[in-house]
Amino acid sequence: MQKRVSRGRFLKTLGAAGVAGSTLTILSCQPNTNAASSGGGGGGGPEEKELALYNWSDYVAKSTIPSFEEKTGIQVTQDFYGSNEDLLGKLQAGATGYDVIVPSDYMVTVMIKSDVIQKLDKSKIPNTKNVGEDYTGLSYDPNNEYSLPYQWGTTGILYNKKETGELDGTWDPMWDPQFEGQIAMLADSRETLGAALYKLGYSVNTKDDGELAEAEAALKDQQPLLRGYFISTEVRPLVQNGDILLGHVYSGDAFLALAGNKDLDYIIPQPQASRWTDNMCIPNGAAHPDNAHKFINHILGADTGAKLSNYTYYNTPNQAALPKIDPALKDLPGYTLTPEIFERLEVIEDVGAKTREYERIFTEVRSA
Amino acid sequence: MGGKGRGWTFRLVGLLTPVTIWLGLFFLVPLLLILAYSFGTSNIYGGITLGFNPGNYLRVFDPLYLEIIVRTFVIAALTTLLCFALGYPLAYFIVFKGRRWRNALILLVMVPFWTSLLIRAYSWVVILSGNGIANKTLQFLGITDEPVTLIFTSQAVLMGMVYSYLPFMILPLYASLEKFDTRLKEAAKDLGASRWHAFWRVTFPLSMPGVIAGSILVFIPSAGEFVIPQLLGGSRTVMTGSLIQNQFGSARDWAFGSALSVMLAALLLAAILFYVRRVGADKLEGV
Repeated sequence: MQKRVSRGRFLKTLGAAGVAGSTLTILSCQPNTNAASSGGGGGGGPEEKELALYNWSDYVAKSTIPSFEEKTGIQVTQDFYGSNEDLLGKLQAGATGYDVIVPSDYMVTVMIKSDVIQKLDKSKIPNTKNVGEDYTGLSYDPNNEYSLPYQWGTTGILYNKKETGELDGTWDPMWDPQFEGQIAMLADSRETLGAALYKLGYSVNTKDDGELAEAEAALKDQQPLLRGYFISTEVRPLVQNGDILLGHVYSGDAFLALAGNKDLDYIIPQPQASRWTDNMCIPNGAAHPDNAHKFINHILGADTGAKLSNYTYYNTPNQAALPKIDPALKDLPGYTLTPEIFERLEVIEDVGAKTREYERIFTEVRSA
Repeated sequence: MGGKGRGWTFRLVGLLTPVTIWLGLFFLVPLLLILAYSFGTSNIYGGITLGFNPGNYLRVFDPLYLEIIVRTFVIAALTTLLCFALGYPLAYFIVFKGRRWRNALILLVMVPFWTSLLIRAYSWVVILSGNGIANKTLQFLGITDEPVTLIFTSQAVLMGMVYSYLPFMILPLYASLEKFDTRLKEAAKDLGASRWHAFWRVTFPLSMPGVIAGSILVFIPSAGEFVIPQLLGGSRTVMTGSLIQNQFGSARDWAFGSALSVMLAALLLAAILFYVRRVGADKLEGV
């Protein structure tokens, strides 16, 4: 799963994805050397004034890191990854050079199970109190022992309202032959199988072979109608430029498009749609765990949190930051959610051994 | 080497040691790791348990994956053929008609390498999209009334691959044609051969080393391509490269990904051995 806003981060992330595909890189996963060489060990003694942040690209506001450095005197180095799996691969290969990482929901579960992240010490993160209760205690880390939320968003349909008229609020238009060649789905097995499962009234986390087979059939019906499968940041310009009418996107990309174009609209379809969360975690063996806690606390501050979301265009889990969110952003369709909409959002969970079946189905659908 | 004395041996060892270490560390070791991984068992949460599990190879024979492998080879072969059809006349032209522009022209062939493949592939998205330069031009010239679909098709993938790998065909062809002694052609004509005959019986056979080298240089990376199908094909032309990428990515199935990699490498090796046998290994001399 790839959650990112754009602003020209497209090539950067694709580059990261490209590198991830080369086996050489995977097999020689080295810890970030400049971060690792400065490691002083998590044990006793004061830490050096350093912090290594490993994050999605373009996922901090301009002021996020400078304000932390100013306040604490801790120098931050930032590295980037292109997918949750790249991040996991590096940690599993023993990359201990990082202090804070930002995995998505389902990946937090995987990381807990493969023992690559450590428990947080909440006493060092007083701003935990700012996190809204809707964003804590989620299934991927039920007691938030290992993670605190960074940003969250939804996955829905960005469409050209001027051309299509108002949609009916379901997933059906993504299967409507009248829009043949004008639809794009996400190149993400869980999200795109998810859309089919939602349409059929099933859970996005199903492990039932019968339900998955129905979803596969639905996606095979849909495939000929599509322009293709893309990452969210590619879908946005396709809709903006009028290349396609309907695009399956992450909310941040939708909001970036809506902010400049009144002809477009974003819906979170019925009966269900996905809601995802990126989270802050500390890897095992982090050299600067105290600094890491300070950084997490910084992000959960009211001012930092608001500036972050005003930049990324994603939603904040930070209740204290909410009043400072740009009103123009808050008013965009699908940004501020009513409890009814929020209720029907489902969190994508890791499906364990079924992951491969999801991938196989998605490969089969795409090559149909 | 024998009889040239100890100093020569030492020099040779000195010269070969760095490359041996380099290739050993960055080529042989990863290759052996992939081989070991391909017999391992993927853990559910990523990572791998080594062992002897041939099941990964059996899965490759799933009709779904076989079809993808066959498609990959068809696309790679088409790319190679098209590169040859476009590249040979160009190399021929540069060598025999280029005159004093020769070096400048061959430099132009290499210019694309100055920019990353990723950026060049993405620029095709800009050119071919609905309101991109290509469609604007077609409409301006009155050839079409509204935007036509030029991108996110298998044809766009093929075009992108030919574009990307064409220089790998032209450069070896150029190198082998450049060495061609034009007096041979004159001799052929003196002996009564037509222009076509002289080309087909003299020039072309002597350029075979370039044809073989160019074909191999184009075919191998084409068969492993995964960025272009993603960028220009809308991920609907699934090739083996993308399939392997997925196994190391969201499928978290490194063992199967490794088995696929080994199979792809073995098939490529077999295809190239067959090809070189067919056209004759002796022709490779002088590449």
